[in-house]
Amino acid sequence: MTLGTFWFLIDVIFWVGFFILEGFDFGVGILHSFVSRNDEERRICINTIGPVWDANEVWLIVAGAVIFAAFPLWYATMFSTLYLALVVLLVALIVRGVAFEYTRKIEDPRWRTSFKWGLTIGSALIPLLIGVAFGDLLHGLPINANHQYTGNFFGLLTPFGLYSGVTMLVLSTLMGATYLTLKTTGDLHDRVAKLSTQIGWVSVLVVWGFVTWAHLGFAPGFVPNPVEVVAVLALIAAAWLAGNGSEGWAFAMSAVGVASTVGTFFTQLYPKVMISTTSRAYSITIANSASPTYTLRVMTVVALVFFPVVLVYLTWTYVVFRRRITGPRLGTPAEGDLSSPTSPTAVES
Amino acid sequence: MTEDLARWQFAITSIYHFLFVPVTIGLAFLVALLQTTWYKNGDPVTLRLTRFFGSLLVINVAIGVVTGLVQEFEFGMNWSNYSREVGNIFGGPLAMEGLLAFFLESTFLGVWIFGWGRLSKKVHLACIWAVSAGTAISAAFIMAANSWMQNPVGYVINPVTKQPQLNDIFAIFTNPVFLWSYVHVLLASLITASLVMLSVSAWQLRRRQNAAFVRPARLAVIVLIPAIILSMFIGSELGVVEGKYQPMKIAAAEAQWNTCDSHCSFSLFQVGGGRNDETPTQIIEVPSLLSILATNSINGEVQGLNQLQAQYVKEYGPGNYIPNVFIQYWSMRVMAYLALAVLLLGLWAAWLLRRKTLEKSKAFLFIATWAVALPFLINTAGWLLAENGRQPWIVQGLMKTAAGVSPSVSAYEIWISLCIFVLIFAVFAVVEGFLMVRFGRRELDETDDHPDTNDDESADMPALVY
Repeated sequence: MTLGTFWFLIDVIFWVGFFILEGFDFGVGILHSFVSRNDEERRICINTIGPVWDANEVWLIVAGAVIFAAFPLWYATMFSTLYLALVVLLVALIVRGVAFEYTRKIEDPRWRTSFKWGLTIGSALIPLLIGVAFGDLLHGLPINANHQYTGNFFGLLTPFGLYSGVTMLVLSTLMGATYLTLKTTGDLHDRVAKLSTQIGWVSVLVVWGFVTWAHLGFAPGFVPNPVEVVAVLALIAAAWLAGNGSEGWAFAMSAVGVASTVGTFFTQLYPKVMISTTSRAYSITIANSASPTYTLRVMTVVALVFFPVVLVYLTWTYVVFRRRITGPRLGTPAEGDLSSPTSPTAVES
Repeated sequence: MTEDLARWQFAITSIYHFLFVPVTIGLAFLVALLQTTWYKNGDPVTLRLTRFFGSLLVINVAIGVVTGLVQEFEFGMNWSNYSREVGNIFGGPLAMEGLLAFFLESTFLGVWIFGWGRLSKKVHLACIWAVSAGTAISAAFIMAANSWMQNPVGYVINPVTKQPQLNDIFAIFTNPVFLWSYVHVLLASLITASLVMLSVSAWQLRRRQNAAFVRPARLAVIVLIPAIILSMFIGSELGVVEGKYQPMKIAAAEAQWNTCDSHCSFSLFQVGGGRNDETPTQIIEVPSLLSILATNSINGEVQGLNQLQAQYVKEYGPGNYIPNVFIQYWSMRVMAYLALAVLLLGLWAAWLLRRKTLEKSKAFLFIATWAVALPFLINTAGWLLAENGRQPWIVQGLMKTAAGVSPSVSAYEIWISLCIFVLIFAVFAVVEGFLMVRFGRRELDETDDHPDTNDDESADMPALVY
């Protein structure tokens, strides 16, 4: 395996990590407006991801920065090609990120409603847009000999790209639903549990369509790739397990489904990273876009030393915040002058 | 056209981003200090102060993070030829920043916000220090990347592709421009955050007569005075270092059109002297000061813009190598003069604290409240000086700004993005300003209205922060 391929793999790992972890954050963001019956329940939903969403977004930053450092040509062409789409993506990221912190800061219904929808729409747009971008990489775009995009904004809306966007949106919603099932109690829990089964079966159909299209459209040969098979099987398992009340396994199988769907994009692409429809010869590949060996070696050392450390403390945060989140408990008034009279609590799962 | 638009967009988004960055870096440190004090003395007032300023930190971080994302994306979106040419050098520090700093900062900030009462006091304290370390590490990588643009080191030109490629990562992190500018930025962050803390405390002392705020005021002054004095020396030394690698930047900052051999005088104020006006009217000059500032020697020679231009044309071919002199001259002076004002304010505060009359001096409290604008002006002027002074280069001596743009992105598209960013940034500037003022003016005890706290470690967890 060349260093370039190794870094391609690392980048895929970051994208997979992003779509699993930030995927359930998106799902919770999308669902919180719809599954909650009141303001209290909306707060519970948001607070299930409260401590972790910001760190989960870092996976996106690192996935992007890895492309910048390890595949500068890919980064340059992809980001300038997707220009206006990325502007929308940035706006969604800004509005959503700010909404987490600001929604509860002012007791005004209009303020809250604006940020609630900012969070919901932002959370839906981000996986949708990144999905479209991934689909476009694989579908191919008009890129000339100098690796410059020659189309316009509407050229980015390829049918396969759009379908890929919908796929990532549905999968993120599934992640959110199975995560919420794990983190809530009572009535809210029962509603999201039921919902995650339904979204699970929708995901099976959507992803089945996706891998079929991705395979027949862009892969040589008829025999399906193992990753594609795993994607569909994992989601069938997730939907079935969600229906049986195996919440932890349903969440885990959804994550496997997401990982293999993201994996499908990149296994079909490999060893290319961005396909040119103008001429296959103009496609961007790992080989023609990878940084020189020295840069990749430096990055390898840094990643091997520090990434395990990051994984350790990330895992620790999930252990610290492992409990389910519920509303205020009756009969336990808050004590002490520092706790609020309505201090809600968490209970052991 | 696209170059100008792309530059405007980058300048606007970076200046905006850097309104929040120094507050985050500095305030994380100050809040960590406050919490450490509480950890040691167990005083409930110190805890309230920690949480009070902690909430300002969190409001500020939210915008700082998302505007930073815009910066990272813009390199690829607007400066794709730049990214393509030097990504193998410049991208490295950005990737390292994500892995080493962002994960640290955002993970432990989340744990800190939600961890009140859930974690032991010691672990919770460690979290805020991890956040503080994360912000400082993040700044290190960004400054290393920026310093490489000011003084490219640690690379060779590939004989086949003619592209620069990294060959010495240690050179990137021992770049003299990096070492001096990094310390300068950290000090600027401490100055900014301590003035924010001083300003809020002054308002509270003046309008609410809450004596508890003497404590953060004192902490702010203790941090502010050494930081501003050191920052002046470091900044001046940074000028000497940059003068070595970027003489044009310094000559333009002094509007020094012709070379001066020794005892060069420093212009305190002038009229005219902009790009096309070579004969400014000097209003006030200080003899020999420029030689001392620019070279650390009274006999030092300061090169003139005309001579440097001629030399650059010979070296790099025809073109205009002189940055906008008006911006250079005035950004340097705005930065230096306002820094002096901050120093005087700090000394005044120290004197009042010594006489134990700070909380009674209406004049000081009023001025200190409004002085919060100063660090933001100083920081912006400092970045204009550094970045405008590099023009017309995107990487000094290696690549021109015009060569770095994205060929496939049209002026239309940049207009659209520019308008969208300006609009959304303006909206969030209002929202953030409103929240900072509102939360800075709360009663100290109101801090705990938000049920994100539970000081009782045995109690069940605070679940709903958001």
